[in-house]
Amino acid sequence: METDASALHLVLTGDPALYAIVVLSLLVSLSALVFAAIIGIPLGAALALVRFTGREAVIVVLNALMGLPPVVIGLAIFLLLSRSGPLGSWGLLFTPQAMILAQTVMVAPIIAALTRQTVEDLWAEYKDELTAMNVGPGGRIATLIWDARFSLVTALLAGFGRAAAEVGAIIIVGGNIEGFTRTMTTAIALETSKGDLSLAVGLGLVLLSIIIVINALAWGARRLGERHAG
Amino acid sequence: MRAPPSDLPVVLEDVSVLVGPVALLGGISLRIAPGDPTVLIGPNGAGKTTLLRVAMGLIAPSRGRITWGGRENAAPDHRAIVFQRPAMLRRSTAANIRYALTAASAPRATHNERIAELLALVGLAGLERRPARRLSGGEQQRLALARALARDPDLLLLDEPTASLDPAATKAIEDIVRSVAARGVKVVMSTHDLGQAKRIGGEIALLHRGRLIERAATAEFFTAPRTEEAKRFIAGELLV
Repeated sequence: METDASALHLVLTGDPALYAIVVLSLLVSLSALVFAAIIGIPLGAALALVRFTGREAVIVVLNALMGLPPVVIGLAIFLLLSRSGPLGSWGLLFTPQAMILAQTVMVAPIIAALTRQTVEDLWAEYKDELTAMNVGPGGRIATLIWDARFSLVTALLAGFGRAAAEVGAIIIVGGNIEGFTRTMTTAIALETSKGDLSLAVGLGLVLLSIIIVINALAWGARRLGERHAG
Repeated sequence: MRAPPSDLPVVLEDVSVLVGPVALLGGISLRIAPGDPTVLIGPNGAGKTTLLRVAMGLIAPSRGRITWGGRENAAPDHRAIVFQRPAMLRRSTAANIRYALTAASAPRATHNERIAELLALVGLAGLERRPARRLSGGEQQRLALARALARDPDLLLLDEPTASLDPAATKAIEDIVRSVAARGVKVVMSTHDLGQAKRIGGEIALLHRGRLIERAATAEFFTAPRTEEAKRFIAGELLV
């Protein structure tokens, strides 16, 4: 009970340390989501429309990548960015940028795979009409992404959920440095192990609230879309 | 003003469409020229839909050749099709037509005027902002017609546009088809409703098992059919 009261106190009084962690977490996960969407949505849409040898194998690999363990991604990015790694000269290891990179790698396959499925289903419906209207490949992809936009919100949400909740990748490439690369999940893991449950529970409450608010917004967007676009 | 060249006449020379060993169309030769509507009739599986898709350029013949206005592989700039179950884009009624206008490269400045004109023509004025998927079956079919007409076609292909519609919705579609044909658009329409074939007029082409059995002016077809299949079809017998 005492822990819960302290946690609430931290949240309600706007504890600077707590909110710095929250802001960094959102910055990292939202940036990763934007990059992953820029990569994943066109990639998924193209994969839905373009037929080539080995396409089915690519889809299987993409689907498998959705379940890639974050620690494996963290390890791969760590090796890539470590001083002796191929991108070691960039000096990104243990920075927020490295965490964004890791989360982008983790989230892009989720968005691409869900986009591929959504766009492919819509393409089955639109194919005859768009072909008869002589719409070119670029126009087709743009049309399908636009008309599936409210469904794609779910894909983005799934991606954000994975990014915001994961700890394995960012703790490896970020290092959980206080005031620099400490996020909500890494802080919760650390504070729990230290026995400082107030901060851990406070961050847990904030994380939960953010996830609920974002889900509510996505739900609202879908309902709005159904009302206006059918 | 319509930009030349026209897609008419559409000329099919000994066109076959094969799927494995099955011939959906077998050696059809047909010239579709400007004029009154051509109504394709025949039982289910006769090849009506396949013929319309070939005429639209959506299916390439396995054998034979097809030309539009003397050109092979002509882009579908002057022809349009309404499918039996048209897909509505997930947009408003007006946005569906706007999309077709944009795809047909109609000048943007004319879009609003054309949308109003087309919606009035198909009797959907006032439903501009309604999501297309929320329209009734008959309204969706009329919107699909408006979308096809947005392409300002010389040739309008209609695949059983009134299948599964009630009599009032069917009449509305038929009235639009007659009005469009009267404006000089060549209409080729499939149906298995003989009454509708008579009402639409023009000429009849009877298909059976992927072959063109008989082609004649509508009055002649119904009063003096030349083939056994036509006589039996008109008499209401099942062609199998």
